[in-house]
Amino acid sequence: MRIGIDVGGTNTDAVLMDGQSVLAAVKTATTRDVTSGINTALAELKRQRAFDPLAVNAVMIGTTHFINALVEADRLAPTAAVRLGLPATASLPPMVDWPDRLVNAIAGRAYLCHGGHEFDGRHIAELREDEILRVAEELHRHEIRSVAISSVFSPVNAEFEQRAADILTGQLPAIAVSLSSEIGRMGLLERENATIINASLRELATQIVDGLSQSLEGAGISAPLYLSQNDGTLMDVDFARRYPVATFASGPTNSMRGAAFLSGVESCAVVDVGGTTSDIGVLQHGFPREATTEVSVAGIRTNFRMPDVLSLGIGGGSRIRGDGGVTVGPDSVGYRLADEALVFGGATLTATDVAVAAGRAVIGDPGLVKELDRSLVQAALLRIGRDIGDAIERIRTSPEPLPVVAVGGGSILLPDEIGDSGPVHRPEHFAVANAIGAAIAQIGGEVDRIFPVEPGQRQAVLDDAKQEAVDKAIASGAKPGSVRVVEVDEVPLAYLPGNATRIRVKAVGDLQLEAGRG
Amino acid sequence: MAERLITGPDLDDIAVGAAILGTGGGGDPHIGRLLAHAAVRADGPARLIPLEDVPDDAVAVVVAMMGAPTVMLEKVPSTEQAKLAVQALASYLGESPTHLVCAEAGGVNALVPVVAAAQLGLPLIDADGMGRAFPELQMVMPTLYGLGATPMSIADEKGNRGIFDTVDNHWAERLARSATIDMGCSAMISLFPMTGAQAREALVPGTLSLCGELGRLVREARAAHQDPVAAVVDRLDGAELFSGKIVDVSRRTEGGFARGEATLEGLDGGSGERFLLRFQNEHLVAVRDGVVVATVPDLICVLDAEVGTAVTTETLRYGQRVRVIAAPCDPRWHTPEGLELVGPRYFGYDHDTVRVGSGALT
Repeated sequence: MRIGIDVGGTNTDAVLMDGQSVLAAVKTATTRDVTSGINTALAELKRQRAFDPLAVNAVMIGTTHFINALVEADRLAPTAAVRLGLPATASLPPMVDWPDRLVNAIAGRAYLCHGGHEFDGRHIAELREDEILRVAEELHRHEIRSVAISSVFSPVNAEFEQRAADILTGQLPAIAVSLSSEIGRMGLLERENATIINASLRELATQIVDGLSQSLEGAGISAPLYLSQNDGTLMDVDFARRYPVATFASGPTNSMRGAAFLSGVESCAVVDVGGTTSDIGVLQHGFPREATTEVSVAGIRTNFRMPDVLSLGIGGGSRIRGDGGVTVGPDSVGYRLADEALVFGGATLTATDVAVAAGRAVIGDPGLVKELDRSLVQAALLRIGRDIGDAIERIRTSPEPLPVVAVGGGSILLPDEIGDSGPVHRPEHFAVANAIGAAIAQIGGEVDRIFPVEPGQRQAVLDDAKQEAVDKAIASGAKPGSVRVVEVDEVPLAYLPGNATRIRVKAVGDLQLEAGRG
Repeated sequence: MAERLITGPDLDDIAVGAAILGTGGGGDPHIGRLLAHAAVRADGPARLIPLEDVPDDAVAVVVAMMGAPTVMLEKVPSTEQAKLAVQALASYLGESPTHLVCAEAGGVNALVPVVAAAQLGLPLIDADGMGRAFPELQMVMPTLYGLGATPMSIADEKGNRGIFDTVDNHWAERLARSATIDMGCSAMISLFPMTGAQAREALVPGTLSLCGELGRLVREARAAHQDPVAAVVDRLDGAELFSGKIVDVSRRTEGGFARGEATLEGLDGGSGERFLLRFQNEHLVAVRDGVVVATVPDLICVLDAEVGTAVTTETLRYGQRVRVIAAPCDPRWHTPEGLELVGPRYFGYDHDTVRVGSGALT
């Protein structure tokens, strides 16, 4: 048995699964501390279907907590960026293209030091220990607890980043260090951005991960805990503590993969209506279509590979305002829905109240919204249907109608038909698709190193690297036959002997079912 | 048209348009945009003046970045370098330039002169030497008019500066390329000193404005939920060659250039059509099912299938959905002298040029 948990901005959902079947599914409110919401979800799960905590083989958690912290500029640690590259790169210092709001939120400080490599491995300049020691003093003086280190061409040679990290931790043993060579690929500014974001989330990651582990212990579950990553694969808790940024796109990935699993529709538009936003993405043959342009997160350019998702400020907690034309959102009561919505006896008119008033769902006390103005209810629902329809229209690539699968707790807001897409699919357990996506998350295998590529041997070398990644995935617990290569990246390192090329291959497959894993 | 100022918001449109005219090369215009923003923030807007308004006795010099686009993504150039290069050339010439010129309207080099113009307070001429992007420095219209690339200067971020005075423009390319590689593949150069009269004859007019216009068309088409690719094709009087997904990219770095091929498949894979792009910094040859359908010197541009922005050769990757368009170049490139300088055979492809609208596209 596995437990999948999704911690969203509004709801914490949990499912208990045995192989392909969903044994229990619950939806509870997210709490500010995250863990008490998880405790409630686990208790509810047990109430719905009694299970032996020791029979749980794995717990998978998907969370948008970290990306939300960035978007809301909330609970970010004071962070410094140290770039090794002088005398190059000085015109565009770290965070040059960041919104001021976020630079302020992380109290961002940027330091440029000598170092970095040329494209052919020569040093741009030698690393200067005295400069790094001075940075250490500054970090100490400004009480900075997390630092991002980037160096020019560090994906090819990370020696300077590592040396700078050693010097800094020698002076400041408690400081959290994030290295760009471990986080991103070629492209200094984008890689550095991702590294700074990661650094700003390290303290929050430790709090959250510790809290999650305690919740499971409290529930008597001793199975390993995993967090889902951007690409739909799992990472263990130690990795999650160090690389919280790797969870950023796990929300949409989980919801889309959960939708595919539940509906059996492999190519479709997935509309995931949460409490605050609706995320609309496209599934092609069961996998999320990836964004092809650079991905901006909260206005910061990164080079993550993320699912192509369009977000609208429409969710179950969206405030509805009726004067002079109806508006829906973009502000939401979020996790306070259970206190503030009319159907729960609150005083705020939300999208959920409107859906209940129209008879689309029974939530809270429908009697409390009986007196709502009919025309306001109709106008609000029409508006929601039209906005979502427009977004689907925008995200599809051809004029061909694309089936629509609706998931997420807020999908009761959607009409039964949208545009020319035909009836909206609402699979069973639609409200917990995210948690199911987490529970069916995959196991990855990655190869990332420098290969000599002799003339005429490129294909053979690539094939070897791909096979190695597939073998690693299987060794980590992926089901043979389900593993496929999802990412191939080649960086030729000119002028190094033997036509050296950095090759990065990632393969993923389904977690071997419990029966096969004992 | 009169003189106008290039301010912050213009830079975003110019960058989008320059990426399209960059035909896959010329470097990431995002970096150029950031550099230009930094320069305009520090020194104020750059002045852009129409080519026909340049006086006969003007002293115009080209300023550009030379190097490998993949390197520039890592070792981002510094704005100081552009200024240093112009100053080094001025001191060798013994006279101060009065105007700055773009070597190429494509990629980062559409924006590097904006950086220098803002820093030095010199007007920038609304024109360029190519009407697109090409990988070598002698591949500019002024070479066809017998103008010398040298004296030229080169500057790196470490403060090294050099001057070349060469017997012809191919030698200038060769020597500057070696120096560029030694300097770490991202150098700033200033070259092709020319009079205003020569500039008016030998440059491709209006191309910086064209960059801005293309960027605006893409932005507006997206806002109006219209097809940005169609808007670009229409403005450039070009044709769409292929729409599909990248299924393989191979690249290698040779002599400081990124060379390679990208293979595309039609969407849904049903048609079985295969499309091949060959590039050397820029997209040079397009092949559909074994038939060459477009070649350099016409423009072959790869655009993101939906948002219409250009995909550079260094960011081509597996799974991207793109549309390939071709557009006619300045007709002077199709003369025998022009083709000798920038035709497919110069780049090592054993076939004649295929022009947009020559029938092969239909």
